Amino acid sequence: MAVYFRKKSIFIIAIAAVFLVIAIRLFSIQIIHKEYRITAENNALKYETQFPARGRIIDRNGLSMVDNKMVYDIMVTPIEVTAFDTLALCRIFDLDKDYVVKCFEGYKKDRRKIGYGSVYFLKHISSEQYNYFVEQSFHFPGFSASIRSARQYPYNAGGNLIGYVSEVDQNYINNNEGYKSGDYAGKTGIEQAYESRLRGEKGYTIYLRDAHNQIKEHYENGQYDKEAIAGEDLNTSIDVILQAYGEALMRNKVGSLVAIEPATGEVLTLISSPGIDVTQLDEINKHYSDLVNNPLRPMFNRTVQSVQPPGSVFKLVNGLIALQEGVITENTMYPCHSGFTVGNLHVGCHSHPSPLNLKQGIMMSCNSYFCYTLRAILDNPKYNNVEEALTQWHDYVESFGFGSKLGSDIPYELGGNVPSAETYNKMYGKGGWKSLSVISLSIGQGEFQATPLHLANLCATVANRGYYYTPHIIRGSEDYPLDEQYSTRHYTMVDTSYFPTIVDGMEMAVYGQGGTASAARIPGVVVCGKTGTAQNPHGDDHSVFICFAPKDNPQIAVAAYIENGGFGATWAAPIASLLMEKYLKGEISPERKWQEQRVMEANLLNKVRVK
Amino acid sequence: MASSSSSLIRRLDWVLIAVTLLLVGIGWMNIYSAINVDDRAVFDITQRYGMHLLWIGISIVFDALILFAIPEKFWSAFSWWGYILMLATLVAVLVIGTEIKGSKSWINLGMVNIQPAEFSKITTSLALALAMSKYGFNFRNFRDGATAFALMLLPIALILLEKETGLALVYIAFLFVFFREGMSGWLILLGALAILLFVITLAYSPFIALLTALGIIWTLIVIESKESNLWLLVVAAAIALLSFLPKLLAIEAISNIIHFSPFEILAIIVATVSVYLIVREILRNPRSKFMRNALLSLICFIGLIYSVEFLFDKVLQDHQRARIEVLLGIREDPSGVGYNVHQSMVAIGSGGLTGKGYLNGTQTRFNFVPEQETDFIFCTIGEEWGLLGALFLLILYFFIITRVINSAEKNKNNFTRIYGYCVAMCIAVHVVINLSMTIGLMPVIGIPLPFLSYGGSHFWHSPYFCLFS
Repeated sequence: MAVYFRKKSIFIIAIAAVFLVIAIRLFSIQIIHKEYRITAENNALKYETQFPARGRIIDRNGLSMVDNKMVYDIMVTPIEVTAFDTLALCRIFDLDKDYVVKCFEGYKKDRRKIGYGSVYFLKHISSEQYNYFVEQSFHFPGFSASIRSARQYPYNAGGNLIGYVSEVDQNYINNNEGYKSGDYAGKTGIEQAYESRLRGEKGYTIYLRDAHNQIKEHYENGQYDKEAIAGEDLNTSIDVILQAYGEALMRNKVGSLVAIEPATGEVLTLISSPGIDVTQLDEINKHYSDLVNNPLRPMFNRTVQSVQPPGSVFKLVNGLIALQEGVITENTMYPCHSGFTVGNLHVGCHSHPSPLNLKQGIMMSCNSYFCYTLRAILDNPKYNNVEEALTQWHDYVESFGFGSKLGSDIPYELGGNVPSAETYNKMYGKGGWKSLSVISLSIGQGEFQATPLHLANLCATVANRGYYYTPHIIRGSEDYPLDEQYSTRHYTMVDTSYFPTIVDGMEMAVYGQGGTASAARIPGVVVCGKTGTAQNPHGDDHSVFICFAPKDNPQIAVAAYIENGGFGATWAAPIASLLMEKYLKGEISPERKWQEQRVMEANLLNKVRVK
Repeated sequence: MASSSSSLIRRLDWVLIAVTLLLVGIGWMNIYSAINVDDRAVFDITQRYGMHLLWIGISIVFDALILFAIPEKFWSAFSWWGYILMLATLVAVLVIGTEIKGSKSWINLGMVNIQPAEFSKITTSLALALAMSKYGFNFRNFRDGATAFALMLLPIALILLEKETGLALVYIAFLFVFFREGMSGWLILLGALAILLFVITLAYSPFIALLTALGIIWTLIVIESKESNLWLLVVAAAIALLSFLPKLLAIEAISNIIHFSPFEILAIIVATVSVYLIVREILRNPRSKFMRNALLSLICFIGLIYSVEFLFDKVLQDHQRARIEVLLGIREDPSGVGYNVHQSMVAIGSGGLTGKGYLNGTQTRFNFVPEQETDFIFCTIGEEWGLLGALFLLILYFFIITRVINSAEKNKNNFTRIYGYCVAMCIAVHVVINLSMTIGLMPVIGIPLPFLSYGGSHFWHSPYFCLFS
């Protein structure tokens, strides 16, 4: 009997021991470990995201280029949805029943992922639909309306420049910190370049669900809530009125129109034509495939991405280098007999008096003059061979900002190309080329390539008589002083004393007898300009023009690059000068109205050959 | 009749009945809480709490009928027939049963589904009580022992065929009853050791498992043979040394010569030495069994450890394997297999000391915890009543189990005593497995918490009220 009593004790002690283990475990997870409580709270807390208003984009005169409007979305929390009248819901939002069925099939499939969260059911509903839904919402548990701010564009200007904002995709979320599905981000243009300042900070309101799955109250009286912080307004250098005017001038033309304030490097207008209409930015997803498939490539920002030979406007640079190198003076005369001929090589020119000095060469855009000039640079006895001379030339050209990205704050800027000795060594073999082989560089053709922004920057450099500020679209403020690179003068390797000669030549091009750019004259303002005609093997030549005004204390420097526009004087010069006139005088003088009308009515698209 | 029923009323253990009813009441309250509906009517049998109330009522009437209408002698007479009838039902279920959640163990009776495996615990208990209360029953007698084991194993086999592993596991309760009735306790110890080694092998390595087995058995031999304690130190030292074996074998120069794993080397040495010692022991003293059995066990353990991988990968089903892996931390899977346990622990853990209050648990009521009114009902208690509520529940269970054991021991009738032990052990095993599962101490084994979980299986608890003097 005793042995059995011993056994009974074994039983009771064993059971007590096992229960003790369970009790200790309970103590451990209920009292010691806090993480279970936190997880439980996360399970029961409902975070409602407060989306911040994106910062406005403001032009140089304080006008809003982009601000915000309210849009209404319908969210659904699938786990809270109970049986509802599908048809009634369809009636409110004017939906197809199949859409609802399909949505809910999708939620069912993703139910693990969605969990207790909410997903979009409908986006961008009208405020009428919103109001009607709010009245009826008690019929549809699990559905809720949310108000979000979206972009609005007061002026129809600057579509490419501003860029679009769209919902982030998984790829974007992976590569950028702090974004979640459902967030929006700037994808192109200024919206992209200044995303971090414009986006603001999301906030959230925390609600506690009670045991009946009802939103009970603000969690801890809202002390852990975070208010959304609106994005900062962005002050840009763009003149939105000028931008709109420039876009009107560029309508039905393919090309770029860039205006810079030389004294600061601030970009006044940046027009790529054809561009994205701001009305398309709003619902970019709807228009995206149209835009991408458009053969004229409206998404392509030609101002910084179209790298092409600039044509004769580049003669200015060669003239400056030659002066600096001392191989010519402003009085050096070169002949031109309808062109430049050495042996079999012939570079044609139009008819004009001969010989010419440098200013006249610029005025009449004489090809021959600059062929001689480039030969003088490259065959300079100072250098052992043409290779060395070209390397020096290359460095000069680069000092004007060519051949690499200028470093502006415009996204996706390209650098263009300044050929080096190596380029030609590869083409002709080392020692297999001479100055005549690269003679097309003298007139801005051949291997030299630049963007319209580069040309505008060249124009600003000449207007400043020798230096430039890196072009930029942002303006400094107290909180955000301008980046140093935008407030530093970049001098070229050419001495500033050589620039006035070139400026005079540009003035003569506009006002001189036989000057190429008389179409750029603006009453009451001294305009300096240089035409260019970029040869185009694929069709009509490109019409190029750079100009600045007034001659003294220049306010604006413009580059116009009109593809297939023919001579520089035909389209680029009037367009650039009309833009300057609008900027300088606010309106076009009556005697130029015909010019304005001619430009605005012109349609050059039929000349564009789509590749 | 009147006098016999009035004396019956006096003989009943009313304290036990009261505590049981208390548990049933707690169970209903928490099922009510776990089911989250807004429009509540207590008697709404379309909801599970309403249905559960109905079950409780039926059970009480049923229990009363059993107590007052069926003569005590019926039970021992009924035992065999009940057992055979139940085996037949279990076989029938395999043929005509309804499959619910992958196990074919249910019979559809139109309005309700019944799981005969739940009831076979009672018939098995009765049959065992009858068999073991036979005059002269002795576990050391092979025929008696075999009978008891056969009675236990037959229903287990059928239930396993129904794929109700959890329910089959409850039958280990009867092993403890066997121990009470004279089976060697070593069997249970060795069984426990086997489970321990299985877990160690999976969680760590076969080598560590073998070292553990070696250490334990060696220690037992030293204690049993009453040799000097110095030997214990030798054991400890040897095992400490052996634990460097894997490091030694990790050295390239050595592993180039020896191609065996550390486990294999140790296994070969231990097996050889054991066989030698067994042979020597038999030759020297054929009557001393302890040393021989201990060394034999060691060899069996080597075999077990060696085949763990096979057992784990080939014998266990996918979901069982996954549950064990999650428990041992081999696999992290909070959204998959580990989901239930994780959410269950979150619910219980978030209860804190005093809980969130009745009907205020957010975890259990939002259906974060699955199966919360059946197998995971303890979560509701842990969350809404906190540690204090959970401990109170533990105490109630401990009270019931020990009270049944005590009254069983006091009973002069062997049949009643053995049956009482069967009931106590079944309750204990249910409670321990269920609670351990909800707090992550054991893999998920789907068995209900006695008296609390939703369902009609409370029938089987009733006959233990027969434990009157």
